[in-house]
Amino acid sequence: MIEVDIKGRAGQFAVHAQFTAPQGVTSLFGPSGAGKSTVTRMIAGLLKPEEGRIAVNGEVLFDSARGIDVSVQNRRIGHVFQDSRLFPHLSVKSNLTFARWAGRRSADRSLTEVVELLGIGHLLNRKPGKLSGGERQRVAIGRALLSSPRLLIMDEPLASLDQARKADILPYLDRLRSETGLPILYVSHAMEEVARLSQTLVILSGGKTVASGPVSEVLASLDPGTDLGGEETAALLEGVVAHRDEQWDLVDVALDEGAVIQVPGLPASLGDRIRLRIPARDVSISLTRPSGISVRNILKAKVEALRPLDGPYVEVVCKIGTQTLRSRITRASSADLGLAPGQCVFLLIKSVTIDQGRVGPAFREI
Amino acid sequence: MAFFELHPQEWEALSLSLKVAATALAVSLPLAVLTGYGLARWRFPGHGLLNALIHMPLVMPPVVTGFVLLLVFGPAGPAGQFLSKTFGLSFAFNWMGAALAAGVMAFPLLVRPIRLAFEAIDPKLEEAATSLGAPRLITFAVVTFPLALPGVLGGAVLAFAKAMGEFGATITFVSNIPGETRTLALALYTATQTPSGDVMAFRLTIISAAVALGALLLSELLARHLRRRIGAADD
Repeated sequence: MIEVDIKGRAGQFAVHAQFTAPQGVTSLFGPSGAGKSTVTRMIAGLLKPEEGRIAVNGEVLFDSARGIDVSVQNRRIGHVFQDSRLFPHLSVKSNLTFARWAGRRSADRSLTEVVELLGIGHLLNRKPGKLSGGERQRVAIGRALLSSPRLLIMDEPLASLDQARKADILPYLDRLRSETGLPILYVSHAMEEVARLSQTLVILSGGKTVASGPVSEVLASLDPGTDLGGEETAALLEGVVAHRDEQWDLVDVALDEGAVIQVPGLPASLGDRIRLRIPARDVSISLTRPSGISVRNILKAKVEALRPLDGPYVEVVCKIGTQTLRSRITRASSADLGLAPGQCVFLLIKSVTIDQGRVGPAFREI
Repeated sequence: MAFFELHPQEWEALSLSLKVAATALAVSLPLAVLTGYGLARWRFPGHGLLNALIHMPLVMPPVVTGFVLLLVFGPAGPAGQFLSKTFGLSFAFNWMGAALAAGVMAFPLLVRPIRLAFEAIDPKLEEAATSLGAPRLITFAVVTFPLALPGVLGGAVLAFAKAMGEFGATITFVSNIPGETRTLALALYTATQTPSGDVMAFRLTIISAAVALGALLLSELLARHLRRRIGAADD
């Protein structure tokens, strides 16, 4: 449980962040310059907020009203920085155990356990200078884990890596999340990582939290005008892999209430719970069930709301059972179809738009 | 072979120079590390003035520095009187005075590389150490200082060489007393002022050059070893 309600500034830039997050991964998302780093530095204790309160698992780390300000040294927040910040003169092993021998932190995880979790056993005697970017980040994560943290802050840990390296690390982050049970604050400007990893999503814009809550809810209800730094508005659908068609390399993902989405080339096994991210621009609308069409995913839905966007577009928010899907069409189309809340429509999703990179395993506990 | 054996006078000058330079370095090194770190990391009123004061001996005529030392640390000077009354320490016309003169003259050469070394270390590494629970002093001891060590070493070699060869401030402050303040440079000067002292001057020149070369080679070896330990690319 992370509780944050802080006001403060870094130079001329003012921030006001307010959110609470349950266990699991909380993503702090926003375009560059939204104040993600400032908020993170305040939570870590590297920057002092002017007023407010920060608590992790009920322990107050900062409370201006009660004059509490736990020092960085004693905050016990594992901080994984974008630039890894490994100590170049120390071996990987000494880096990993740094919090124990230099910080006198007790060990609530064994070195062997963490080394195994992150797959860095073969690197222990090397110097950080001899590691690849991906290896360095894994060591940095291990070092933070071994400082017996109450919270792990990961500040854009993948931002400096190329696509292939990101794909190398993501599975380790999945394991980290499911095996350590540690609350994680994951800072990112990449919706792809956020959608894959997090349970709670906090969106920052211009230094302020504009939305926070369970990730699919936030994405579903997000004001389409929100600045996502060039990321498109999208919806998350969750479902279970119900069928694999080896001949055509298609996987059927069953949503609740009988709806099925077919995803090509998805490396998932039967029974896996997965998330699909579907950008609003890849969803079109039809009043009747179309036939003789190459689009395979045609879902019956109910229009919930129409939200005009800047320019000639409108966003149509639709419900499929309990889940929300968003469609971006022109206002002209919307007028031609006579769309109105409560109406039943068919949503057309081009299967090819759901690629592997947008699919991540979901939490079973959601 | 007699040419390669040191005369007692030469041996006296060489060992005195080594003693003076080593003492000057040993005493000024901790002070220089503190000053270098302070100048690199702290912003305080008088930052620029302190920096200028430290560099004064580098740009003033050495005789001026020697004379100032005489005024301040000499038998009649305020610091000299205080130190002799409180600790029984005297810098007047003895080897400790020579070490003080050498230390003051070498200080800017010592501080500068150390300061640059600290400035080159990313403060974010110290931030990371703190977030892992390390207290400030421990962070300095196990992260900052080891990373600055090549710079500290570079400064130390430069300062040692300077202290070995210091002339102007030394002769002004503590005069030229055989066995007490007559270091290599002063002995060489004396030899050049003596009729038929040419051979002696030549031999002292070779000794000085050998010591300087030895120090430089040693520092190069150490620096290479340190760089490898830090994990920088091997060269």
